[in-house]
Amino acid sequence: MNTLPDSVDAQNPVIEISHLKKSFGHLEVLKDISFNLLPGENLVVLGKSGSGKSVLIKCIVGLLKADSGIIKVFGQDISDPDNKVLVQLREKIGFLFQSGALFDSMTVRQNLEFPLRKTKKDLTEKEKENKIHEALENVGLPDVIDKMPSELSGGMRKRISLARTLVMSPGIMLYDEPTTGLDPVTSEEISELINGVRKKYNTSSIIITHDIKCAMIIADRMIMLQEGNIYKEGNPELFKNSDDEFIQSFFK
Amino acid sequence: MVRTKKNNLKQVSDDENKDSIFIDIANGFIFIKLIFKETFSLDFEFKEFLYQCYQIGYKTLPLIAVTGSIMGLVLTIQSRPVLAEFGAVTMLPGMVAVSLIREMGPVITALICAGKIGSGIGAEIGSMKVTEQIDAIEVSSTNPIRYLVVTRVLAAATMIPILVLYADALGILGSWAGANIKGEVSLILFLSQAFSHVEFIDFFPAFVKTIFFGFLIGAVGCYKGYHAGNGTASVGVAAHSSVVLASLLIIVVDVIAVQITDMML
Repeated sequence: MNTLPDSVDAQNPVIEISHLKKSFGHLEVLKDISFNLLPGENLVVLGKSGSGKSVLIKCIVGLLKADSGIIKVFGQDISDPDNKVLVQLREKIGFLFQSGALFDSMTVRQNLEFPLRKTKKDLTEKEKENKIHEALENVGLPDVIDKMPSELSGGMRKRISLARTLVMSPGIMLYDEPTTGLDPVTSEEISELINGVRKKYNTSSIIITHDIKCAMIIADRMIMLQEGNIYKEGNPELFKNSDDEFIQSFFK
Repeated sequence: MVRTKKNNLKQVSDDENKDSIFIDIANGFIFIKLIFKETFSLDFEFKEFLYQCYQIGYKTLPLIAVTGSIMGLVLTIQSRPVLAEFGAVTMLPGMVAVSLIREMGPVITALICAGKIGSGIGAEIGSMKVTEQIDAIEVSSTNPIRYLVVTRVLAAATMIPILVLYADALGILGSWAGANIKGEVSLILFLSQAFSHVEFIDFFPAFVKTIFFGFLIGAVGCYKGYHAGNGTASVGVAAHSSVVLASLLIIVVDVIAVQITDMML
């Protein structure tokens, strides 16, 4: 469990969400979600499958359009995103997909080059190469640069996917179930890696998970979603010591 | 559903009647509008376009070579007895050339490409959708319509006419081979007889319609892939529905093109 870093400034949240609503047809996935993400904070969003956790971060990054509510990233309102603003903001937001979402027709090197080719046009080939090597070093996989994603294990794919976001040196990281499908040892390694990324890149992160062990390692603060609303918010100790049966069901 | 211009398309897709054919048609037109809009954007993905030309064009050459030459060979073998009855065997090269250039070359090549290229594009983009790779492209500050769709559609519209010309040429050579099974005719004589019957009006409308065929194959494959569902089964659905719809549209466009050409003659 972490304590909030010294740099946290509660007055200037990096993400502000208020009264967010999102439905698919008649199904209301997010009913009324409001919270802030503070600088340097690891915020874990817990919830059962289908509780709208992934929808929430996809709304933040603009992959889904919210029905109503306000989403501000670095103070800029992207609730009704203008493409230019969103493209600029996406350069500062890293998104780790649940499946890794590596481009399977490309090598690891090409996967890591991909986000750089549009956003860092001013970099020389040498500088790009250095960034790629640095990102791979930071996830502990410097030797797989010329491998195809199909040649990597599940944990390695998650790490490479994380490296692909790190080449952009993002200010915010959004992790969509980073430990799903991994064995307990690899899950713990990925959790430690998330903490390492926060230290090294000074990122603020939202981590979607239902892996309570992972959550307890990385969380500064936790939010639990149930039926499209925030059910409980607080630090990990509050959750751990809660008498609430629903919350305790995650710890069993 | 397309995410880059979500305001229009998602409103249509999120409707509870999203399986309605009218919704599908509306989404199709919005998709084509997006393709045109992104085609003329300044930030064209030229490298990816060249790669797709290689994938769509170069890698289809062997298949087209085989089908094109067999097409000419079979047409010649089957037409020869009928023409011989009327003492018109000398018309054979011209008849085969006109048939191939006007109709058989474009339509059969396009149908074969709908099977190979259309299904390939549908399956590839469908699996990218299912595995969140399209979302990953979008969050990497790259427009997925521009990167994935425009490049494939333009590559198909560029390469299919070239593949059709290639099929026509090999079809005529196949026809010459067929003519030599029951007789002996030099290649030069065969070609001069064949092209003495071919006029610009035979060639030009056929060439123009192959550009439309290419556009349709690319656009339908991309559309079906982009609108694939969330499970792996939807990848298969995207692939085969791409082939079915593209083949159907090729036939419909061909009928329209034939009518227009007929009015011009």
